[in-house]
Amino acid sequence: MNLFFHLGRYFILIKRVFSKPEKMSVYMKQIVHEIDNIGISSLPIIAIISFFMGGVITIQSAFGFTSPLVPLYAVGFTVRESMLLEFCPTIVCLILAGKMGSNIASEIGSMRITEQIDALEIMGINSAGYLILPKILGGVLILPFLIAISMFLGIFGGYVMGVATHACTSYEYIFGIQAFFEPWKLYYSFTKVVTFAFLITSISAYFGYYTHGGALEVGKSSTAAVVYSSILILIFNFLLTQLFLT
Amino acid sequence: MIEIKDISKSFGDRLVVDNVSFVFEQGKTNLIIGESGSGKTTIMKLMVGLHEIDKGEILYDGQNFPTLGVKDKQEVRKKIGMLFQGGALFDSQTLEENVRFPLDMFTSMSHAEKMDRVNFCLEKVQLNGKNKLYPGELSGGMKKRAALARAIANQPQYLFCDEPNSGLDPKTSIVIDNLIQNLTHEFDITTIVITHDMNSVVEIGENVLYIYKGKPWWTGNGKEILKTENPELLDFVFASGFMKEVYNAVKGK
Repeated sequence: MNLFFHLGRYFILIKRVFSKPEKMSVYMKQIVHEIDNIGISSLPIIAIISFFMGGVITIQSAFGFTSPLVPLYAVGFTVRESMLLEFCPTIVCLILAGKMGSNIASEIGSMRITEQIDALEIMGINSAGYLILPKILGGVLILPFLIAISMFLGIFGGYVMGVATHACTSYEYIFGIQAFFEPWKLYYSFTKVVTFAFLITSISAYFGYYTHGGALEVGKSSTAAVVYSSILILIFNFLLTQLFLT
Repeated sequence: MIEIKDISKSFGDRLVVDNVSFVFEQGKTNLIIGESGSGKTTIMKLMVGLHEIDKGEILYDGQNFPTLGVKDKQEVRKKIGMLFQGGALFDSQTLEENVRFPLDMFTSMSHAEKMDRVNFCLEKVQLNGKNKLYPGELSGGMKKRAALARAIANQPQYLFCDEPNSGLDPKTSIVIDNLIQNLTHEFDITTIVITHDMNSVVEIGENVLYIYKGKPWWTGNGKEILKTENPELLDFVFASGFMKEVYNAVKGK
């Protein structure tokens, strides 16, 4: 029953979020603000993680491919496939669910408990639309760019680490990352990213919006936002993979 | 003018507001008074639509608010200014941005016009020059005044104030009370103030509704309240030792 209650309330909230904005120009400013707040500010952590993960996958692959039957360009190929298909769209989004999710839930939750959301409602503003729509659109718009940067840095990190540790040569790595490339995999990856961006922002906003109580409850909402966003990312990752790759 | 007719509200099986009727007159400071937990904040929240009424009518100049559609409710709400007990200022915005917010959302004013209006409102509440401060940098009294400036920014027809004096020293309370009354008279607003500050009741209570255990118990004005013989109201008004002494002095005891 609890699941159906939350599902019903979530969809009612989403309906309110996507109702006509009071003033488009104000919403546009908010979207740009959210792109900066929840997107651009995540760039450093994404860059560091992607670079080093690319490096680690390169070294691990080179370490594992000891058979003379496996060509050395397989290292670059493995790094590219890992980065494009799973690490960047899924693992980076899981990391972002922690950062963005807690940020969104605590921001909206704090506004709820200090009556700022009531103040918006009494002014005649659709508080759900004003607070949540820019976050969803901001997230959905900026995350594909962040993930594209993550993919580039991951593959670049693999190159730097691979060449520096002599795990593979520069030529083999570059040949590997170009080998058997199928562009539709990018379509699959970015479909996942857009879906996950929507899940992270909307679920976190939902938990923040329905916070009741005080500071302790804001903390609980943040935790719930991260946990449920992560679980749903994993479920949708499975569903989308099943849909695209079978 | 706002009229409430036989409104009731229960939370679970607890009846919080029981058949309350009252007329809040335009151009007057209308006060709802009562002990903590008597249901006065609930009445205000029912009036602005933050809670739904179980029965009754809430008429904003003849329009029955609870039966209006979402869009019509939003139109009525655009005419409402509200001062929350805690201020409810947007804490990530400066004072200027807070006051400008309703203008940004609902008017097509130019930036210069908006800034004129912001400065006018801040001057009205004696916060001129504090434009760039954040709510976190303001004292309790300044927060209330800032919230009042935001409430009047879009020239509301109805002004709701939820315990505007709570947590303030008597001198600052008087400043806030006078501000509310002056704004009410100057702009001919229907003002509703919730309070249990007896100074406010006597000073600015032009139309007072006393709520006792969720029921309308007494109506009158701030001057009449001192002459009341209603035992529950007497208990409420003269609850403090100081007020008891005043009462005894007036009665010649």
